[in-house]
Amino acid sequence: MHTLPPSIATWFETKGWAIHPHQQDMMARAGDPATLLIAPTGGGKTMAGFLPTLAELAEGNHAGLHTLYVSPLKALAADIKRNLRTPVDEIGLPIRIEDRTGDTSATQKRRQRVDPPHILLTTPESLALLTSYEDAPRMFQGLQRVIVDEIHALSESKRGDQLMLALARLQSLCPGLRRVGLSATVEDPQAIARFLACHPTPCSILHADPGPDPDISMLETQELPPWAGGGAKYSIPAVLDQIRQHKTTLIFHNTRAQAEIYFHNLWLANEDSLAIGIHHGSLDRQKRERVEAAMVRGDLRAIVCTGSLDLGIDWGDVDLVIQIGAPKNVKRLVQRIGRANHQYNVPSKALLVPANRFEVIECVAALEAIKAHTLDGEPRGDGPLDVLCQHILVAAAAGPFEADALYTEMSSAGPYAALCRSDFDACLDFCATGGYALKVYDKWQRLQQCADGRWQLRDPRATQKIRMNLGTIQDTDTLKVRLKRSRGGKPLGEIEESFAASLTPGDTFLIGGQIVRYEGLREMTVEVTRRADKKPKIATFMGTKFATSTQLSERILNLLAQPDWPQLPGHTADWLNLQRDISRLPQHGRLLIESFPKDNREHICIYGFAGRNAQQTLGLLLSKRMEELGLHPLGFVATDYATLIWGLDQVTDAHPLLDLTALRDGLEGWLAGNAVMKRTFRSAATIAGLIERNTTTARKSGRQATFSSDILYDTLQKYDPDHLMLRITRTETMRGLVDFSRIEDMISRVGTRIDLLRLDQVTPLAAPLFLEMGKVPIKGTAEEKLLAAESARLLEESGLSQIASNG
Amino acid sequence: MADTSTERTMNGFSFSFAQTSLVALATGALWWPEQKLLCVSDLHLGKSERIARRAGTPLPPYDSQDTLGRLADDLERTQADVVVCLGDSFDDLQAAHTLPKQERLWITSLQAGRKWIWIEGNHDPGPVELGGTHLNDLQIERLIFRHIAQQTARNEISGHYHPKAQLKTRGQRITRPAFLLDQDRLILPAYGRYTGGLSSQSTVLSDLMLKDAVAILTGPRALPIPMPR
Repeated sequence: MHTLPPSIATWFETKGWAIHPHQQDMMARAGDPATLLIAPTGGGKTMAGFLPTLAELAEGNHAGLHTLYVSPLKALAADIKRNLRTPVDEIGLPIRIEDRTGDTSATQKRRQRVDPPHILLTTPESLALLTSYEDAPRMFQGLQRVIVDEIHALSESKRGDQLMLALARLQSLCPGLRRVGLSATVEDPQAIARFLACHPTPCSILHADPGPDPDISMLETQELPPWAGGGAKYSIPAVLDQIRQHKTTLIFHNTRAQAEIYFHNLWLANEDSLAIGIHHGSLDRQKRERVEAAMVRGDLRAIVCTGSLDLGIDWGDVDLVIQIGAPKNVKRLVQRIGRANHQYNVPSKALLVPANRFEVIECVAALEAIKAHTLDGEPRGDGPLDVLCQHILVAAAAGPFEADALYTEMSSAGPYAALCRSDFDACLDFCATGGYALKVYDKWQRLQQCADGRWQLRDPRATQKIRMNLGTIQDTDTLKVRLKRSRGGKPLGEIEESFAASLTPGDTFLIGGQIVRYEGLREMTVEVTRRADKKPKIATFMGTKFATSTQLSERILNLLAQPDWPQLPGHTADWLNLQRDISRLPQHGRLLIESFPKDNREHICIYGFAGRNAQQTLGLLLSKRMEELGLHPLGFVATDYATLIWGLDQVTDAHPLLDLTALRDGLEGWLAGNAVMKRTFRSAATIAGLIERNTTTARKSGRQATFSSDILYDTLQKYDPDHLMLRITRTETMRGLVDFSRIEDMISRVGTRIDLLRLDQVTPLAAPLFLEMGKVPIKGTAEEKLLAAESARLLEESGLSQIASNG
Repeated sequence: MADTSTERTMNGFSFSFAQTSLVALATGALWWPEQKLLCVSDLHLGKSERIARRAGTPLPPYDSQDTLGRLADDLERTQADVVVCLGDSFDDLQAAHTLPKQERLWITSLQAGRKWIWIEGNHDPGPVELGGTHLNDLQIERLIFRHIAQQTARNEISGHYHPKAQLKTRGQRITRPAFLLDQDRLILPAYGRYTGGLSSQSTVLSDLMLKDAVAILTGPRALPIPMPR
């Protein structure tokens, strides 16, 4: 059974290919209940995963679904279908392969449920949806194997938790189901094996040859990188040079906005008219597909892209990867580099392009980390309960269930192996009645217990709503962008609602590489006209926000502590010397705080180099103290290295800010009222099914009908503070923060060695913080003070005070 | 500016409308001192019950309790003799009929010794089994109270739109439920807990309000600004 059928072996021979050792090993272990394969990109990983399937299907006597392939990206499913089709056709295997994603037509989807293919390629969301149908047992009948691709990426998010719950469901339907996980190199393979295993059965790990180290360096340019700024415009000529010298270049950016601006600038300088495309998640699907097709044909010399092209998609002959902006996370960088030169034994080639001088330092530190083979990353916690709630509703949509059986099934999933019964019961109660201290919904329960003790939906029509609400990806609300025409112009893509709200007619921004002028909103669509002559207002719609790395920040602090910097380019060393001259450089054992005015507001920048979570906690703590001390803080932002807080009044003494007793007093209340908690609540409540996803139809019906999730949050805080949703919110928020005790340690370690420096302007080191995403507003007394002043000023200016008295 | 120190203790913004002295309270209620009349709009009582009944989503069932609690506070502060609920007092008529006993009793106790008028709204277009008078609209002296503003009306006080207004200052964007005021009409913000808002910049509100309209922001203090449009 576990040897290659002759037809497949012959095909390898005629191709002149040898089967990789790890591909052999996967064949040998084909019968194991769960296997995790760790292999570098380009190592024939996908083929290793599929070989046992092809072997088992070669006889042609399997009816129905045999193998389910799950990947984090729709595009990856489509790509694998293409790559699998070729060998299957050439060998002449009787295998039907289809994909099923959000892009698959309704007719095709219906047909697949009645007559499933042998191999189905799908995403976690589409799979969860499939398990929510009553006919799921029939569709998955006979399923033998499930392959989870890029499992390292899935295991980092709630999509992974959702997927593992779906696999637990499948395992109940098909007890013999075997699991395979395919992963890039990770720091803790055991953790991913536990994640994939069907507990208590363990999952074995297989390591492929990691291949040669990547060939990676920093791009040298004639132009100097700026002090701050994320555009890296200075690098355009050097990058164009590189594009000319290579076959296909991928140019990665950390955010969509940066990708847009860079693409625009590349074309302004592209005198040879090299074929360069752009690809990111905000673009219209048709536009993305056109770029993907051009890439497969090898028509493009370069693609400017973001995370949407991030995972192991093997398109065309990419021989160079360029990373613009510092890689916030070394692991991600190495995985990105995996894209270049998809041949096993040739080192991948990559260039780092720092966008500013601070990023030069980050890049140098990242290069050292790669050389030392130290990957970073946060260990994952237990599976979150909001996903569990969603899954209970999904189970209910498929039909009545027994609570005991569902609990047993869910605790077989890796992330929920430690799930205790009381938590499960709390989630079930939440799904059934809302789980409130005030029991009022007995008449309108969502789930009801039948006479036989099983749980079912009170109103069967709720299934549709549950399916629509499925998923764990938190889209910020987006609006479609269209060219203004009498009957609805061409769709260009999407922008975030908050960005749209900041636009006034006449503003210009970039989308899909074009400058467009904002004309107005029409039925929740942003209408724009083409504008070639104007400079765009910076597009601030977001891309992926990066997880952080405490390791990298430690390396950077060590680097800054050096007396001089031979490993840095001269311009960056000069820049650090300037920081040392006008302010100071952060040091071990001391705490540097800079204070300066900018844009009519006061700022302090605290260089803790403690990692983003700790700096975020510090921001929450210090802004609380500033509020108490009457300094009117307005908001803060944290990076791995520093926290920047802005407000109305200048900080002249740092010691009362860092007073430990005062920091602890009333901390809980301050946290509860903070925007960080409210954001987390919104996401958890949406996943758990308390808030419905914003559907277009619901939004068209009028804004005044919908109300903000903050109102629900505040109401629960006031009347039901122990409610499950608040418990989930607190747990989850604390994952993004560190314990107060760690901050306490840091403050007592520093003691009186605090350097508060007053400066008359932004310093070199503080400048990059102004570009950080994830700013946290403070709703305190500053807002009232600003409002009162602005109200008086505006009424004076407009002369409108008259209407009030004379009416 | 007509804001006087005595009115400040009430925490509101005093103004003259249709030759009548009125106070926009920071809580979102309207106070007419001369008549000892308190007017609130769009309470949407029973909203969570209606959502559970219709959509199956069990939202925190504390909204009516919260709304009535704030109304009780405003009545205590103002010692009002007359209360006008400006429509959409209930999220639908069934919500009015099935309001929990505790909340019915609360409303009854608030009504004791007061004249209470329910103006009908689009959500509650009929009488409810609670004390008080049910009217389509109400004229007192120069002022006409109705739920939805009429294009050609004058001296009109209405609700329905749940107006909110946004102010940008020193890099901060602050949005608050707001009264909208011009020479012809006054539109009240929604008083109910589970209510969203319609921006003063929306076409419908921009078209309705005259050029030099004022928005009075609610919140910790009532603050007038030129209506953003």
